Amino acid sequence: MAVPVDNLTKQPPASSTLRFAFGNVLAFFILLLIGVLAFSIRLFSVIKYESVIHEFDPYFNYRVTQFLTKNGIYDFWNWFDDRTWYPLGRVIGGTVYPGLTLTAGTIWKVLQSLNIPLSVETVCVFTAPVFSAFAAWAAYLLTKEVKGTGAGLTAAVLLAMVPSYISRSVAGSYDNEAVAIFALIFTFYLYVKTLNTGSLFYATLNSISYFYMVCSWGGYTFIINLIPMHVLLCIVTGRYSSRLYIAYAPLVVLGTLLAALVPVVGFNAVMTSEHFASFLVFIVIHVVALAYYIKGILSPKMFKVAATLVVSVGLVVCCAVVAVLVAVVASSPTKGWSGRSLSLLDPTYASKYIPIIASVSEHQPPTWPSYFMDLNVLAFLVPAGIIACFAPLSDASSFVILYLVMSVYFSGVMVRLMLVLAPAACIMSGIALSEAFDVFTRSIKFYISNLSESLQVDAGDSLPGNNVSPQNEVLKNEKKEDTLKERPSRKNKKKEKENIEKPSVKSKTEKRPLVLPVEASFFALFLTVLLGGFYVVHSVWAAAEAYSAPSIVLTSHSHDGLHVFDDFREAYAWLSHNTEVDDKVASWWDYGYQTTAMANRTVIVDNNTWNNTHIATVGTAMSSPEKAAWEIFNSLDVKYVLVVFGGLVGYPSDDINKFLWMVRIGGGVFPHIKEPDYLRDGQYRIDSQATPTMLNSLMYKLSYFRFVETDGGKGYDRVRRTEIGKKHFKLTHFEEVFTTHHWMVRIYKLKPQKNRIRGKTKKSKSKTSSTTHRSGTMKKNPWH
Amino acid sequence: MIPLTKQKNIEHACPVNYIGGDEPRWLIGSDGGGFNQWLGARNGSARKGRGGSGHARGRAKELAGELGEGVYAVARTMPCETSASLDSVSVRCQPLLSSITIGRLTSQSSNPKRLKPDEENMAKISIAIVFIASFSLLLAFTRSFSTENPTDRRILVLVDDLALKSSHSIFFTSLQARGFELDFKLSDDPKIALQRYGQYLYDGLILFSPTAERFGGSLDVAAVLDFVDSGKDLIVAADASASDLIRNIAAECGVDFDEDPSAVVIDHGSYAVSGTEGDHTLIAADGFIQSGVLLGSTNIEAPVLFKGIGHSLNPSNSLVLNVLSASPTAYSANPKSKLSSPPSLSGSSISLVSVVQARNNARAVFSGSLDLFSNKFFKSPVQKAGSSNKYAKSGNQQFVTELSKWVFHERGHLKAVNVRHHRVGETAEPAIYRINDDLEYLVEIYEWSGSSWEPYVADDVQVQFYMMSPYVLKTMSTDKKGLYHASFKVPDVYGVFQFKVEYQRLGYTSLSLAKQIPVRPFRHNEYERFIPTAFPYYGASFSTMAGFFIFSFVYLYSK
Repeated sequence: MAVPVDNLTKQPPASSTLRFAFGNVLAFFILLLIGVLAFSIRLFSVIKYESVIHEFDPYFNYRVTQFLTKNGIYDFWNWFDDRTWYPLGRVIGGTVYPGLTLTAGTIWKVLQSLNIPLSVETVCVFTAPVFSAFAAWAAYLLTKEVKGTGAGLTAAVLLAMVPSYISRSVAGSYDNEAVAIFALIFTFYLYVKTLNTGSLFYATLNSISYFYMVCSWGGYTFIINLIPMHVLLCIVTGRYSSRLYIAYAPLVVLGTLLAALVPVVGFNAVMTSEHFASFLVFIVIHVVALAYYIKGILSPKMFKVAATLVVSVGLVVCCAVVAVLVAVVASSPTKGWSGRSLSLLDPTYASKYIPIIASVSEHQPPTWPSYFMDLNVLAFLVPAGIIACFAPLSDASSFVILYLVMSVYFSGVMVRLMLVLAPAACIMSGIALSEAFDVFTRSIKFYISNLSESLQVDAGDSLPGNNVSPQNEVLKNEKKEDTLKERPSRKNKKKEKENIEKPSVKSKTEKRPLVLPVEASFFALFLTVLLGGFYVVHSVWAAAEAYSAPSIVLTSHSHDGLHVFDDFREAYAWLSHNTEVDDKVASWWDYGYQTTAMANRTVIVDNNTWNNTHIATVGTAMSSPEKAAWEIFNSLDVKYVLVVFGGLVGYPSDDINKFLWMVRIGGGVFPHIKEPDYLRDGQYRIDSQATPTMLNSLMYKLSYFRFVETDGGKGYDRVRRTEIGKKHFKLTHFEEVFTTHHWMVRIYKLKPQKNRIRGKTKKSKSKTSSTTHRSGTMKKNPWH
Repeated sequence: MIPLTKQKNIEHACPVNYIGGDEPRWLIGSDGGGFNQWLGARNGSARKGRGGSGHARGRAKELAGELGEGVYAVARTMPCETSASLDSVSVRCQPLLSSITIGRLTSQSSNPKRLKPDEENMAKISIAIVFIASFSLLLAFTRSFSTENPTDRRILVLVDDLALKSSHSIFFTSLQARGFELDFKLSDDPKIALQRYGQYLYDGLILFSPTAERFGGSLDVAAVLDFVDSGKDLIVAADASASDLIRNIAAECGVDFDEDPSAVVIDHGSYAVSGTEGDHTLIAADGFIQSGVLLGSTNIEAPVLFKGIGHSLNPSNSLVLNVLSASPTAYSANPKSKLSSPPSLSGSSISLVSVVQARNNARAVFSGSLDLFSNKFFKSPVQKAGSSNKYAKSGNQQFVTELSKWVFHERGHLKAVNVRHHRVGETAEPAIYRINDDLEYLVEIYEWSGSSWEPYVADDVQVQFYMMSPYVLKTMSTDKKGLYHASFKVPDVYGVFQFKVEYQRLGYTSLSLAKQIPVRPFRHNEYERFIPTAFPYYGASFSTMAGFFIFSFVYLYSK
């Protein structure tokens, strides 16, 4: 597999053919096993928990997929969803990346037509593991294009179990990234393949693959910016060739046309700044192509004259174009960039201007440990891989280096984009490991052959195994040459400087292959294997323990065994069984998707954060005192309010911990909500030192209502590790209707408006009877 | 008068769901004990066909001819008046029986003779089915105060002294003549109960017990307020000796009686001229609210005699209305002592009689004077001080009668039915509209006249097409037969809209209709495929394609 066809046709020895055939079969089975590995390492979540959709966004995707399988693609395309973003509604068909949904829907359809009766949910659960196997194979293909089969296989193994990718693609994590990473790598593979072959066929495939990526994930802008950058890099470094042109120009034209077909992208494909780079480079590459053409037909002297003329004129034109572009871009308020893209370029942008982006934990910059958690040993191997890519530097390896550098930058901006870095790190590490193994084994073989030679010289005898070793050594060297030759041989068509380089490189390798002392080789080999072993152990641990929790079912180990917290589903089931179909449920937007998917109730805001004002309205309501909140919710026809509260069991990502974001987002639109009102000396606290605004806010009240009854009057919050500030209070405009077993989800109903309006005279006599009637309803604390 | 609470054994007469034929059949399920409790717990209805002493125990029996005893005998011999409404027939038997409302699912007949059962079919129906059917009908139709028949029927009157029965007999008789069944009790009667098994025994409550410090039985302030909050009606009359209890009830409804217990309303300007020059606490008030719904269509000519305490209303309280206000010269103070400080209440801000219409359309009247309702005031001639007009009879009777008609929902009660909407030219109601659709919205509004639903005619009923704010606000046209109609274009905005009718008029029950309807954008194939303004672009692209094809052909094949 590794050996290009033109090499094989050069009358190779018979044993060599056999050996390559054997290697191909072996590689095939290794790839198959890698696929199995990639799939099965992601099944921990199903085995440890159950076959269930995870987290937040996957529930939306699942609901959309259900709609698709039930109503068909046209209804999906035109789906106006009146159960979210009440009362605005959401045009799902036009605002969703349909790739994942269509993929799973198609798989389900195919299975149904084969009479395999899998439920939609099952298909959705297992889509991500299946596609991670595909992604591993795509990584193999890409790395093989760069550095040969060995590196390809190593990269595929690494990618199959890189924790960063596992975190996003365990069974049940039915999110866009599940298929998008495969599409990303495969698009890069096809680009490199086109670059290496100059084939229009691959260029077309590349466009289609890019189309699939656009369908799947908003991260497609990474591709449409990275590839132009690489093209520019090639041009600047004098590596322009017709293959580069073929790899790039069809992608821009076809890819942009196809991207515009996706409803959610539409005219964005030509109108937003994210895509401008590709058009700019498109112009540049044509200018360069023209320059090369003219250079070909003119004499060098004439060319020089022409060049100065063109450059001077071109500069003027360029300045004019740039001025126009700048004017156009500057006229739009966000400078033509969407908030998310801007926060990529300027990491502080989001936290400064868009709290709604900054409030999402996966949009935060990562901490250093997360690199070691998500990449583990790859983080050390990447530099070695970069060095390996520089010897020798080809178009393909320069692309991989560029990919790595860019993704490292982006991952430093947003922890979510660690996912984009992971394939690059795997490819680099694969190359590094493969090269290292190459060097070490070669050294050992060299030593063995030397040894046997000396033995032969000494004893003059031929041992049975002796024949193999020199043969191996020769073959090894030959293979090494082949792999090294591969790059230049592909570039034979371009008769340029590389041809001149080639013999020298070849002679170098023939003369002095890099040989290490045998002891060092053995030791290094052992260390490398140990390193790989650690990686495997870490990855399996990450897959089993760290990344398999579905987050709707939580577990906790304590001294008296395993606790399962299934409160979310309990609450959603309560909603779906005890409320009217058209009732509106208000909660912070995190729980919007789950509420619509699991409880089938209309929500005000959800995880598709398209309308900042609407979210700010809910944030304001949560930050307001009870009466004001009631009025806001009533104006939105809300019947129930859902809050997530972790204070009893110590579940840290509850609404109280998210509360400051509600204040910030609400205050961003409604200035009467001021963040300092909720902070005591800049500190966020809920104990007795908390500000009155904080203690009177709806979120505080709904979270801690009757909380004091759980632990006999102390009111100790296990997340904040403090006693709450205000323990005994009554709700006047809301009534508690449901609290789950571990108090993690609490549902309140808006009280109807008072039937009568009371006069000003208030006699205390009449009110004493109605105060104490909730004594017998103490909820049992599960921890006591 | 038989006190209701003494009824231990109650018969259940229920129309059976007629599986076999048109005719409803009657059953008696009766054992008084467990059955009742079960029924009460489940249906909350334990007041059915009362007054009988006949007990058909242990089995269900038909009310065929053989059953000559008990409630049905009474029922058939009683003078009955019937009232037909849209789909129920109300049979009111007087004076002893509470009303029996017979649900008829199949016909609108109001002929009592058709209540004859059909024995043959009856035999085929198992008792179990009969029970189930009867309970469901009980649940649906036994309440005499229903949305279909909003006038009250049974009223509990609490008095301090049973002598009041005779001293205020004109008022009570007029109520009884209008079909109300009054149940008089002393306010400290230990057997007072407003509800039994969760079901209210009365539709209205008259509190003519201003001095009662506490009620007997289970009645207290909270119970009275719950009574109002469940949509029942209330008349409260206080006087100079009004207790805290009465004041509290009034305050909870937004009526603040003067806090000074000794203060009464004094008016040296418009007192009622009488033989003896008194302390001017007998007032001839004519500050009526101008509302035909509240006080009837004929103007009340004579002033109303009033002697009692005044109250004030919070102007921001939109639920209370001052129907009889004092004159600008009135003030509230103790007539026996000299005024040391300005009176807390003075002028026309003093209300003498106020009405409350709660959000659930329960109605209440608060009067500062119990004598207002008395025979003496009804009959006495009246002359307002400073006026030469002398009336032979005060306006009290007319005022009180009209007000009681309003408070017991004989007037000013609206209902909206048959809300429907559809695209222009269609009749089926769509589940979703598209932007820019033309649609029609129809609603029928009727007013209860005391005996039947009459079409409500007004030109100010408006419909909103509402999403956080009204996008369309249109006055509906009416055909004078109760049908209101509006047609408009859906705005060019998609979202979840509501058809809203918010109709609040003085004295009328508030109508608040909301119906949710989503509006979707165009489908992908509902846009025009080719638009004329874009033809230059079509031409450009097609000519470029053709040109490229020719160029390629020429370039490749011309040598």
